[in-house]
Amino acid sequence: MNTWKRFKDSYFFYSFKRDPLAIVSSAVFFFLVAVAFLAPVVAPHDPYDTATIDILDAEIPPSWMEGGEEEFWLGTDIQGRDLFSTMLYGLRTSVIIGLGAVIFQAVVGIFVGLISGYLGGKIDSFLMRVADIQFSIPYLIVAIIASAVFQLAFGVGRFEELAMPLLILIIGMSEWPKYARTVRASVLGERKKEYVEAARVIGLNRRLIMFRHILPNTMTPVLVISTIQVAQAVMSEAALSFLGLGMPITKPSLGSLINAGFEYVFSGSWWITFFPGLLLVTFTLVIILFGDWMRDVLNPKLYKG
Amino acid sequence: MFAFIVRRVIQSIIVMLVISFIGFSVQHNIGDPVRDMVGIRVSVAEREALRDKLGLNDPFLTQYFRFVRNALHGDLGTSYFHSKPALDVILSKAPATLELVFGSSVIILVFTFPVGIYSALRPRSWFSRFVMGASTVGVAVPVFLTAIALIYVFGVELNWLPAYGRGETVNVYGWESGLLTMDGIRHLILPSISLSSIMLPLYIRLIRSEMMEVLETDYIKYAWAKGLHRKRIWLVHAFKNTLLPVVTVFGVEIGILFAFTLLTETVFQWQGMGFMFLEAVERSDTALLVAYLVVVGAMFVVINTLVDIVYGFINPMVRVTGVK
Amino acid sequence: MAHLLEVNDLEVNFALRWGDLTAIDGVSFTLDKGEKLGLVGESGAGKSVTGFSIINLISKPGYISGGSIIFEGRDLSRLRREEMRRIRGDRISMIFQDPMMTLNPVFTIGTQMAETVLAHRNVSRHDALDLALDKLEKVYIPSPEKRLTQYPHEMSGGMRQRIVVAIALLTDPALIIADEPTTALDVTIQAGIMDLLQELCDAENMGLILITHDLAVVSQVTEKIAVMYAGRIIEMGPTEEIVNRPRHPYTKGLINSLPWGRKAADRLTQIPGMMPTLTDIPPGCAFHPRCTVSEAHCLEKRPDLQPDRARDHVVACHNLGMLKG
Repeated sequence: MNTWKRFKDSYFFYSFKRDPLAIVSSAVFFFLVAVAFLAPVVAPHDPYDTATIDILDAEIPPSWMEGGEEEFWLGTDIQGRDLFSTMLYGLRTSVIIGLGAVIFQAVVGIFVGLISGYLGGKIDSFLMRVADIQFSIPYLIVAIIASAVFQLAFGVGRFEELAMPLLILIIGMSEWPKYARTVRASVLGERKKEYVEAARVIGLNRRLIMFRHILPNTMTPVLVISTIQVAQAVMSEAALSFLGLGMPITKPSLGSLINAGFEYVFSGSWWITFFPGLLLVTFTLVIILFGDWMRDVLNPKLYKG
Repeated sequence: MFAFIVRRVIQSIIVMLVISFIGFSVQHNIGDPVRDMVGIRVSVAEREALRDKLGLNDPFLTQYFRFVRNALHGDLGTSYFHSKPALDVILSKAPATLELVFGSSVIILVFTFPVGIYSALRPRSWFSRFVMGASTVGVAVPVFLTAIALIYVFGVELNWLPAYGRGETVNVYGWESGLLTMDGIRHLILPSISLSSIMLPLYIRLIRSEMMEVLETDYIKYAWAKGLHRKRIWLVHAFKNTLLPVVTVFGVEIGILFAFTLLTETVFQWQGMGFMFLEAVERSDTALLVAYLVVVGAMFVVINTLVDIVYGFINPMVRVTGVK
Repeated sequence: MAHLLEVNDLEVNFALRWGDLTAIDGVSFTLDKGEKLGLVGESGAGKSVTGFSIINLISKPGYISGGSIIFEGRDLSRLRREEMRRIRGDRISMIFQDPMMTLNPVFTIGTQMAETVLAHRNVSRHDALDLALDKLEKVYIPSPEKRLTQYPHEMSGGMRQRIVVAIALLTDPALIIADEPTTALDVTIQAGIMDLLQELCDAENMGLILITHDLAVVSQVTEKIAVMYAGRIIEMGPTEEIVNRPRHPYTKGLINSLPWGRKAADRLTQIPGMMPTLTDIPPGCAFHPRCTVSEAHCLEKRPDLQPDRARDHVVACHNLGMLKG
């Protein structure tokens, strides 16, 4: 109750109320996430239930077009699945992988950043050198090569079963340096401050100072980069799936739906690509808009680079 | 300075060793050179004999050192599908990818500077507002959707430009170039535009904000006070100060363009390194995949080392900490 | 004879989202050919804004909202962009505060000097560089030929400010506006630059407006002083008058906070409080909250400048009669 009141009185909430773009983008974001997780309830069809799918229903156009059917609002895909339902399930997959990957990145990155920033010295320069080196190779290359290797190592069938956790791992591993650098930078800033000095003087041990005192103060920049990272992770997942290195078409994400549909665009079945594409762009756009707004309001000193 | 360079070079050698180690582990665990050489219709005993002969039953580290030694001699294994040395396959595909990166770099540089500078000088004009809005949306559109849309509009509906492949190429001293024929250039247009689309919004924003920052500086105000012409202040004074940081960022981020060629090449069936890599994955051509990993790794290590060293020359701060 | 510069009732506003904010409110003064005026005040008093508004270069969102600035017979506040450009850097030169920031880091000194000449004179680049060399000698810069090919970062702050002075001289201006020209420099170098400015102005018969917070500096250089407070001139007169017989309580406070001309045992005094910001200028006399002699009527009406004793010594204070000395 008290926290809620404090939040309501905060500058953060005040500027939120005054910015229509922030309100709309966050509303759309939460709406899409809610719909995604409620997909089994909301979706009119179950794209995972092979018994209800009829290949004869393939490539039916959206219901308002000629040849469209009332049953399939946005038409069907090449396998005869209801496109709307498949998109909702696909969005759920994309959201889970996006959030999962960011949580993974954040945990690894924050841990490394804290240790590096607080302990300093040789450990610091070693860890930051590793981060630099990985940073210098574009994350997408790392992710693509890693998923290719996993796909070869496990074989296509097994890879498809494990795709979701593997993608979380791959995308997570490819972006942790960003968190590590950000956290380290703000730990270095915090470490010099008087409250840390005071905590040390009264004899608190290092781990307690680090997790109870320094960590909470590094959360603002972490929060800000996290929004952008979720958008980035969703797009990475889409890119990998589009290349056939991500989610299989039987358990599609938005990227694999686009991948499966894009060859049919040119023969006239544009909706199979268009609607998932539109959903993907909308979803990432609202995250980016919300992230931009949050960065402007919280205005942390972010690590440039 | 010399010590700094030596340190930097040693570091990149270590990184290369790590990359080659990863590459080798992949090769060792999932590759099957025997199958690559003789196919699967050979008896178990014969295979075993061949394995012995190839040294595949040697200890892991012995094999790793052999791998490194071969790699240093330019031997990165043999592609199972192409039945050619993997390095040759990669090198034959490199011109396509490099020309694609070149094409989109040209588009980025030609397009972003005028737009970015204009929107810095006239931040309230409707054009600047439109550009800023469009660049926010542009960040959220994945490159493959841009590519599909371009093909659909210009390749299929309007039928203005070819949508697939490289078109006619000319062999110049072993470099298969599409830049020398009209057909090759026409084929390059759509892939270059879609590849550049990932950077356009970011660069327009970067140039705009750098330029706006420069316009606020004292030396620009002083240039006004000296009574210089508006054109000279904007296009010579402010521009040159904007140029340096932007070009530096561009040099560093050209690697990202390279990464996204994988997506662009797939959509446009552009016969470059990325397209080859994805084919290699589909065909389980492990040797080619590992060779790609080592080549791309080496490329980034070399670029980054060079950038760092050049930086060291430019920025005395880096130099000092480097020597320490 | 007409004045070189005549500023009448100048008003500068800042256009903000919720309305205009007045930064300069009714500033008037004159300057004759070869005369040197010191514009003194704390930071935020509006002295820099006054200086920049003469050449119409106030930073956005500021703009001249009233009054006139007559220079050599023309009202500068009404000139078109190109006409104004021809005057800037030609008839009126400016010297900025921080020489580290005023020279563009990516161009050589030669380029930055030549471009100024070329913007105003129809000469070749070669002639422009000759002229630059000539002026560099005038400001006593050693090995001037070498300087032309050097970049700003290769020189010390004092050297750079000398170059800025040389740039100001390039077109033989009638007026130089120097905005805190020595504040960013070491104390030992300050005096050198000031002597140089004074010497050059006298030799070339140039007018000088010296903007500074340092009364000690102006009192040695200028013939006239105008003291500014919260966007207005509150006292103006001959330097000797102002320094020795200040009338306004604020000016007195400023003079009393200076260390010179005192016995060692005297304590320096300080004016209590802070200058108000533009958003909350008090009603009536803006100085009354800090004033030692303020009375009830000081809150009601803003005092106007009125002659006191000498005709050319004007003061804006309601309580002149009560003030001693």
